[in-house]
Amino acid sequence: MKTPRFNFWGLFWGTLALLYFFVPMYGTLDFSLRMQKGIISLRAYQIVLADPNFVESFLYSATMGIITVIISILIFLPTTYWIYLKLPKLRPVVEIITILPFIIPVIVYVFGLIRTFGRPPFRLTLTATGTDFLMIGGYVVLSMPYMFRAIDVGMRSIDVRTLTEASQSLGGNWFQTLVNVILPNLRIALLSGALITFATVIGELILADFLFRPALGPYMTSIGTTKAFEPAALTIMSFALTWVCLGLIQLVSRGDTSQQLTGR
Amino acid sequence: MENSQTQQVSRRAKILDVLGNWIGVIPFFIFIIVFLILPSMNLFIGAFRDLNGNFTFDNIIGLKDPAILKAYSVSLQVSVITSLVGSVFGFFVAYAITIGKAPKWMRNILMTFSGLAANFGGVPLAFAFIATIGRTGLITAILKNICFSNAAGVQSCPLDIYDNGFTLYGVLGLTLAYTYFEFPLMVLIITPALEGLKRDWREASDNLGASSWQYWRYVAFPVLWPSILGAGLLLFGSAFGAYATAQALTGGSIYLVTILIGQQIRGDVLGNPNLGYALALGMVVIMSITITGYTILQRRTARWLKS
Repeated sequence: MKTPRFNFWGLFWGTLALLYFFVPMYGTLDFSLRMQKGIISLRAYQIVLADPNFVESFLYSATMGIITVIISILIFLPTTYWIYLKLPKLRPVVEIITILPFIIPVIVYVFGLIRTFGRPPFRLTLTATGTDFLMIGGYVVLSMPYMFRAIDVGMRSIDVRTLTEASQSLGGNWFQTLVNVILPNLRIALLSGALITFATVIGELILADFLFRPALGPYMTSIGTTKAFEPAALTIMSFALTWVCLGLIQLVSRGDTSQQLTGR
Repeated sequence: MENSQTQQVSRRAKILDVLGNWIGVIPFFIFIIVFLILPSMNLFIGAFRDLNGNFTFDNIIGLKDPAILKAYSVSLQVSVITSLVGSVFGFFVAYAITIGKAPKWMRNILMTFSGLAANFGGVPLAFAFIATIGRTGLITAILKNICFSNAAGVQSCPLDIYDNGFTLYGVLGLTLAYTYFEFPLMVLIITPALEGLKRDWREASDNLGASSWQYWRYVAFPVLWPSILGAGLLLFGSAFGAYATAQALTGGSIYLVTILIGQQIRGDVLGNPNLGYALALGMVVIMSITITGYTILQRRTARWLKS
């Protein structure tokens, strides 16, 4: 029986997929470079980068991203540690809870947030600080599936109980064990959780848009309706940023894509 | 007397012990109650209340409104089409990566980009497609400039897609854009299942004289169908809940449930705030069925993948 070196259909579908990946990329790149008639230039990028609104919204989103990462780790690291140490039976329950954001569409979730906290007795949406507080809570919820899975996978690969007992027999308390023993063993898991959380916040549109905060998502939408070339430049830049984040994850987790479940 | 006292003490110690066991997860549950349970309950209760706060089924019955039914049908239509296209295309790409023996460099690029593109969405995705096949996009321009002159010297440009009724800013455009993150998602989910197909099975089937088609029909497909269907459900869910891409691509002119909910948040377009809650509840119900189906099918797959 003859076995051809390459299978025609394999090559065919592979090529088609590569085209689907790269043609829109190339189209966007090409478009973003054609702001000045007849020549290839970086004019659109210069305009975007010089726009104070862009800088402001980028810094705002980046700040929110970092705060979200910190709070998310502060919530999920001790919780997951505790579950592995004392309440292993609770793990499936927590896992299901953390997957809920996949079931509740973001737009529905925002609807719930606004109708709950925008009214008495909370009235959080009346002030900027209150709204930011609400947004960070929302971002932590939205990135929860990724953060929990990342920490969970990391925690599973180390023997939490033995490490804790060893640390305690050396006189370490609960907090010292978590910070000095568990944390260093989870560096890669935490890093990938942090990166995907950060990427989620940076690219997020719906929360900021409906809560009227000056984040990157709403800025992009507003530019999309009024400008032609700048959106393309912004898209290339956001590609680059998100892909650096996600590429880093693939690098540190060596191609393990189990933490990536869904997009948009 | 003494006995009951020690019993009381030991009971108290037990309660303290249980409390001590749970104390580490209390912050998590407080967070979940405030930021997830409370907003969800609020929507749920709102769906069964009238404007005066009395219990009613009117909002659920109100979903029969033609405008709402239309939104649901367009949403379902878009999600079914994109998940079908994404599943089929993604399956063949996964086939190319595993059994199809695509060159190694191609396999590596395909796997890496699937991981990246499955996470790509929102406004930038819409911009990318506008720049490529929007009215002034790259592909549109290339196709438009392919012109022929006939014998009489009249020029015709048959490939001007926008003259031929194509538009990116509708269901077809949305399908094209969603497929960009849908099929890579399929590749990610289905590749491990295809890798799990044992070479022995193919050999055994060949030895028994089965054709390639018979192998797929009677061996491979029966093993694979739970993962294919499960992945299809996940794809359906990710299209059904999407908002940002549709909003940026069509400017809100396409009539999806998510877009309608967005309009309801901004201003009561349905003329009844509680109808909005019922609309949202309907989405959550559909999503729950989808994700539950996915989870069950995924478990079935995990069973034979492990063995």
